[in-house]
Amino acid sequence: MAQPVELPSKIEVGPVIDEGHSLASVSDKIAGIVIKRKITIGWVFGFLIAFGFLQLLMAGATWLFVKGVGVWGINIPVGWGFAIVNFVWWIGIGHAGTLISAILLLLNQSWRNAINRFAEAMTIFAVMCAGMFPVLHTGRPWLAYWLLPYPNTMWLWPQFRSPLVWDVFAVSTYLTISAVFWYVGLIPDFATLRDSSKQLWKARIYGMLAMGWRSSARHWQRYEKAALLLAGLSTPLVVSVHTVVSFDFAVAQLPGWHTTIFPPYFVAGAIYSGFAMVLTLMIPVRTFYGLEDIITIRHLNNMAKVTLATGMIVGYGYMFEAFFGYYSADIYEKFMIWNRMTGPYAPFYYCLIFCNVITPQFLWIKKLRTTPLILWCISIVVNIGMWLERFVIVITSLHRDFLPSSWGMYWPTRWDWAVYLGTLGLFMTCIFLFVRVLPMITIFELRMLLPGARVKEPVAQ
Amino acid sequence: MSQIFSSGTNSLARMSIVIGVVALAGVGGALFELIADSTYATRQGDAREQPIPFSHAHHVGSMGIDCRYCHTSVENSDWSVIPPTKTCMNCHSQIWINSPTLEPVRESFRTNQSIRWTKVYDLPDYVYFNHSIHVKKGVGCETCHGRIDQQPLTYQQPSLQMRWCLDCHRNPEQHLRPRDQITTMGYVPSEPQAELGARLVKEYHVQKLDTCWTCHR
Amino acid sequence: MSENSDSLNLTSIRTKLDKAKGAGYWRSLDELASVEGFKEFLHREFPRQASEWIDDEGRRNFLKIMGASLALAGLSACTRQPTEFIMPYVEAPEQAIPGKPLFYATAFPVSGIASPVLVEAHEFRPTKVEGNPEHPASMGATDVQAQASILGLYDPDRLQTVNYIGEVRSYPSFLSSFVNILARQQGNQGSGIRILTETVTSPTLYGQMQDVLKLYPDAKWYQWEPTGHGRRMGSQIAFGKYLNPIYKFDQADVVLSIDGNFLGNGPGGVRYARDFVSKRIMRDGATTQSRFYAVETTPTSTGCKADHRQAIKPSEVSGFLQGLTASLNNSAASGPLANSKFYSALVKDLQAAKGRSIVIAGEDQSPEVHARVHFINEMLGNNGHTVVFTQSLEAKPVDQWADLQALVTDLHSGQVELLVIMGGNPVYSAPPELNLRGAIQMAKTRVRLGEHDDETSEICQWNIPMAHAYEAWSDAPAYDGTVSIIQPLIAPLYGGKSAHELLSAFTETPEKSSYLSVRDYWTAKHTGADFETWWKHSVHDGFVRDSAPPAVSASASLAIPRTAIGPAAGSGYDISFHSDPYVLDGRYANNAWLQELPRPITRLTWDNAVLVSRKTAAELKVEDEDRVAIDSNGHTVWGAITVLPGQPDGSIALSLGYGRTRSGRAGNGAGFDVYPLRSASNPYYARGASVRKLGEKFKLAPVQHHFAMEGREPVHAGTIDEFKQDPYFSEKKSELPPKGLTIFPDTWKYEGYAWGMAIDLTACVGCSACVVACQAENNIAVVGKEQVLNTREMHWIRIDRYYKGEPDEPDMYFQPVACVQCEQAPCEVVCPVAATETDAEGLNNMVYNRCVGTRYCSNNCPYKVRRFNFLLFSDWETESTKLQKNPDVTVRSRGVMEKCSYCVQRINYAKITAEKEDRKVRDGEIVPACAAACPSQAIMFGDLNDPKSRVTQWKRHSLNYSLLAELNTRPRTTYLTEIRNPNPEVGKSEKDS
Repeated sequence: MAQPVELPSKIEVGPVIDEGHSLASVSDKIAGIVIKRKITIGWVFGFLIAFGFLQLLMAGATWLFVKGVGVWGINIPVGWGFAIVNFVWWIGIGHAGTLISAILLLLNQSWRNAINRFAEAMTIFAVMCAGMFPVLHTGRPWLAYWLLPYPNTMWLWPQFRSPLVWDVFAVSTYLTISAVFWYVGLIPDFATLRDSSKQLWKARIYGMLAMGWRSSARHWQRYEKAALLLAGLSTPLVVSVHTVVSFDFAVAQLPGWHTTIFPPYFVAGAIYSGFAMVLTLMIPVRTFYGLEDIITIRHLNNMAKVTLATGMIVGYGYMFEAFFGYYSADIYEKFMIWNRMTGPYAPFYYCLIFCNVITPQFLWIKKLRTTPLILWCISIVVNIGMWLERFVIVITSLHRDFLPSSWGMYWPTRWDWAVYLGTLGLFMTCIFLFVRVLPMITIFELRMLLPGARVKEPVAQ
Repeated sequence: MSQIFSSGTNSLARMSIVIGVVALAGVGGALFELIADSTYATRQGDAREQPIPFSHAHHVGSMGIDCRYCHTSVENSDWSVIPPTKTCMNCHSQIWINSPTLEPVRESFRTNQSIRWTKVYDLPDYVYFNHSIHVKKGVGCETCHGRIDQQPLTYQQPSLQMRWCLDCHRNPEQHLRPRDQITTMGYVPSEPQAELGARLVKEYHVQKLDTCWTCHR
Repeated sequence: MSENSDSLNLTSIRTKLDKAKGAGYWRSLDELASVEGFKEFLHREFPRQASEWIDDEGRRNFLKIMGASLALAGLSACTRQPTEFIMPYVEAPEQAIPGKPLFYATAFPVSGIASPVLVEAHEFRPTKVEGNPEHPASMGATDVQAQASILGLYDPDRLQTVNYIGEVRSYPSFLSSFVNILARQQGNQGSGIRILTETVTSPTLYGQMQDVLKLYPDAKWYQWEPTGHGRRMGSQIAFGKYLNPIYKFDQADVVLSIDGNFLGNGPGGVRYARDFVSKRIMRDGATTQSRFYAVETTPTSTGCKADHRQAIKPSEVSGFLQGLTASLNNSAASGPLANSKFYSALVKDLQAAKGRSIVIAGEDQSPEVHARVHFINEMLGNNGHTVVFTQSLEAKPVDQWADLQALVTDLHSGQVELLVIMGGNPVYSAPPELNLRGAIQMAKTRVRLGEHDDETSEICQWNIPMAHAYEAWSDAPAYDGTVSIIQPLIAPLYGGKSAHELLSAFTETPEKSSYLSVRDYWTAKHTGADFETWWKHSVHDGFVRDSAPPAVSASASLAIPRTAIGPAAGSGYDISFHSDPYVLDGRYANNAWLQELPRPITRLTWDNAVLVSRKTAAELKVEDEDRVAIDSNGHTVWGAITVLPGQPDGSIALSLGYGRTRSGRAGNGAGFDVYPLRSASNPYYARGASVRKLGEKFKLAPVQHHFAMEGREPVHAGTIDEFKQDPYFSEKKSELPPKGLTIFPDTWKYEGYAWGMAIDLTACVGCSACVVACQAENNIAVVGKEQVLNTREMHWIRIDRYYKGEPDEPDMYFQPVACVQCEQAPCEVVCPVAATETDAEGLNNMVYNRCVGTRYCSNNCPYKVRRFNFLLFSDWETESTKLQKNPDVTVRSRGVMEKCSYCVQRINYAKITAEKEDRKVRDGEIVPACAAACPSQAIMFGDLNDPKSRVTQWKRHSLNYSLLAELNTRPRTTYLTEIRNPNPEVGKSEKDS
């Protein structure tokens, strides 16, 4: 048994999986969390808190439907408030999943294996939260289905020139693909769970979900194909979704919105916040469930690097927004950026600069990258920063646009907050359930990382 | 370890795929369309209950009374107008003076109380329809109200759905008729409708109005 | 509810209806139609009114309004229409074609002066007010109050029953007890009777009053109103008789206004605006402009149009005029402002324009000031030319303050058995030192005829609901004396009685209807044959032709006593009192349209404020919305500060008419009451007031927060010299993108009609009549102060106000902005459901029933003219106001966007009419509500494809420019640059323009 494990030479900080794991131990460890482990007080406690917040969403939405969007702080000129801010924020967070599972798969980044399942789950939940807002924020949500092109008795189609219609397609596609990808990835593990579950009813449920997976070579070969295809499919989505979302702004002609830099700058921001959120969730989970040996320091380190990189791109975006404002020689653009920096919302702007540009610079230091606690704090700050970014973009451009006579202000009401915190509740609730009922780490993929699995590797290449 | 599923489950699984797809995609949409188009929703062909079983078949069909005798303002107002009781009494003070069915009419006239008719052609309140201009442009009564001369009880002939309006607003030629034939029932064009329609479109300067504010404001 | 069914009224109907909600609504309406009392309610006075309730269309309109909620609330592909009913006429009335509105000529009197109007009635249901084009005082336009009067008619808070000390009685029961009271008076010649009215101008009413006084020789009739005193007494002082000045602004080359807010406000305001503007506009090739100086104690919308405006403390006005008088006599200039460039220029201009100038004093100025102004006009030889006089329009002009004093004395003497108060609201508006509240209670029997259950009714035993102007017959003169016959449009909704009917109660024919009273008066008065035709014509036209009194010649003497001006200057601040431009002395405080209508200068809604200059604010260490206490006249009031450039330093401006406690749902608690600060001795202004900062804030609700143009030029303005040098100077201010610069195929050619609008900024006087007109025509909701605070007001057209020039004495500009109907509309491309689309005639169609409410269109609208129903703003509850709704416009529900439509309902109506007559729509056949109401004809609408249409002419003018042209939205509404005529010698407004 105890044969020495020789590590791949290119590993810098620690292995992708710690020593002493065997094929069996991995399965047991991860499946165990779902199958054997009893429900702990900590989990119940956390779940209840999350569930409590979820109730805020219920209350907020109910009141919203009863009274109308007027319960929020929005007005003329600021027609979009928290709803759109949150929408963009959540969609952004949803990006890490696809990126990790798809792009890193194509790039053959083995370290992703430990985290992709979790990231994908997070993606789906985030997109769920995001998806709610476009509906909630309409004045007559019960008619939101009019955004879908379907043959109707009015002989009317949606306005295909409107970015909001593009959103409908972009987001729904994204949700579908991510969900399928996620599910396909789960199949082998469902099988594992099926086989390792003691009670028949559990076995049945996992059995159905496993769709009769028997780990035959044929299954595996097809699985690989499917995974690759899906990866190929969803890779462009990583770029497309947030590009389309950015069109909501870029296509409009408001100062500060009407700019070509938005797509790349939004995508970068999305991945940025996505990775930050993965870190925010992953670090506690790995501690609570003692997965330090599977989600190793190296993972954190890599994710930190991605965060830093995208953070830099975002910072570059800010710089150029300002530059364009100045260089455009357009009185409205000029004023917009000036107003952003010195106007009533200036504090939010500087706060965002601190969170998104200053903070990530700490990640240059390896010591900090590899200290989970600090990394966790930084990731939180980044999340906040990215939310502020959306707030600043949406509000500052709207509240003072072209005619000074129509300038106004926007301040959220308690119902804005209720719905926002509510979606956080929904998100966390889903996460809590997920870690309980599904293997949060891809068992079989982890197995591949094991020395035992690596034997055939040269042949495969 | 024991089998979890019987072998039959496989076929079940395969079926579930097909069924799933059909169920999700098909039924929802189909149902929606069905309801939207159902005569329940549109109330098409629905003869409403009236205080007096007034028969257009009798008055128009057998008596041959012109529409405009009762619906006086059809040529100069939005509304064709349900006739005042007085109009009924013009004749029914002479004939059928004791018919029990007509008691409500006489009562209305005595007590100066309106007769309470039920609307048959009932457009939503954000739709602004103008009778006079349609009549002027050569749209016959029959075109929308059907063979009123054959309706013992008046019912809603068309679906009154927006696409029904648009169908004519976009291709008026298929329904136009000469102005002198407006009130004719069972009108048959003397020449092919295509040619006639095309000619009338020019003659009556009929526009293809399908902008929103033509009907909604 | 009244005990006997014969006086069943809307109250009881409402209570009936309240039981039935939603779908049950119209069912119960139908049931109502069969209630016995209900029928009588309908047929009581106006048989034809009945039809309004039981005819097909009238009911349809109810259903339209009701059904709209249902429709807008949940229209989807499968909405099922609810079962609705049709109640046809039993016998069709003559003139009415169901579905076609009728217009009736009548008049709406404001403190006795009639605004001649045409009232639009749908199935005999008054819905909208237009000006009477044939009447010299209107020429088709109206002022704000006339426009809002239609809401006043349906005001749900009006007094709805006759009541005696709180308990409901019927009018007959009042009459019976009234007879007894009178019986006691017959013995003593009615020496115990006192009648207090507002200013009486109605010839009929005066005739009736004389009859009453004949019957009761010792009875006394007093008149009092809180404002308009200076004008009346001014002529008395200057000429020794009561005269009515009429100004000919169309003949004046130089105008000096002392606090005068004559453009679109006050008696003749509508006509004055028209005349004044005719000397200012550059459209029709004019190359000269009249010059307008304003000297003001607080900025007014009129002052904003001045070429040179000078702020002055109220206590200095008299001195200024004395100085001016001297200077015009070429003696040494003295007094306030005397050594300013402004002053010397003014004097020069006035002297140069003898007989062609006008000096006019404001309604709120003292008799002394008015008198001095009359004298100056005399010196300048204006009297008889630009200023002509007729005998006073009042039936019996008196010193009303003396009248009020006399009444109080009588009351204190305890000899008053019967006090009848007709209209007005003296308890609210009288100076505190008279303690009218206490005094009135000394009268044994107190009878009040009032529209509302207000502060005065509170202390009267008998309260009789007063009929609205559109509910009863009467007559009243316009500003020039032309008498209008006021005909009712609808039977009194709340069983109201007119002053005529109440006066009849004194006589042996107590039940005589107002119709008979008016008709009898004119029968007696009419000379010449065939009264019938004459009467028919007069009623039809809305006024009695050639009834304007002849001009009288008068010469002013300068025996003018200086009125007491309170404590000497130095200590404390001046206060100038002004009647609010909209609710006036408080009489319209419960009119929600007027309350929510932004004040032209402060842009405030729902409140009055303490107006101070920047310097004064600095002295007091206060800023906007700071609450302060103002002590003056031994009383203290609390109000919120608004810092207002153009306000004289050391002087506070307060507007009357607020702080009502019993006006109704709209007026109660709006603003603060400043009447306590007015002394009976000098009600025009006060001196030595002290102002204390209270260290707390009070939220004010202005609709505009930024008044500087921020380097952008939404308003193009220039001087007449600039215009002469380069007629196209304004065009150069905006950079136009090259034609066809758009990513969307720019192929659509607008054949057929191409609707467009032009707004002449030189002509716009900022009176806001257009805003209310639009609100009435398009069923625009009132949102209330809370919502305005969050900038959610719904007005489709707003009047922006900008500052330019130095911060303390800036030039001010108005700019009406409604949807400009872009050809390349930014709103259109972003709406996901295509609920807003530009149509073949260039109108931007906003379709409520398609809108899902993403608000993206509003975000993307650079003009921010779109309005959103954030909550259920339209009123589905109040029964009475439903009667006002325009059946041709959908009543919007919650969650949909709305905006100006160029009054598409009027466009469609005209197009259909034209098509039926096989012709094209004629120029001027379509007039949007705003353009129709505009006193100065600043708005022109028409077909841009018609080279001869007036709007095309306007747009061809070199001064024409598009708002935000650089955005390439190609707006259909464009503006004509504002041109002013400053005196080069003053050399002010060349600065920073």
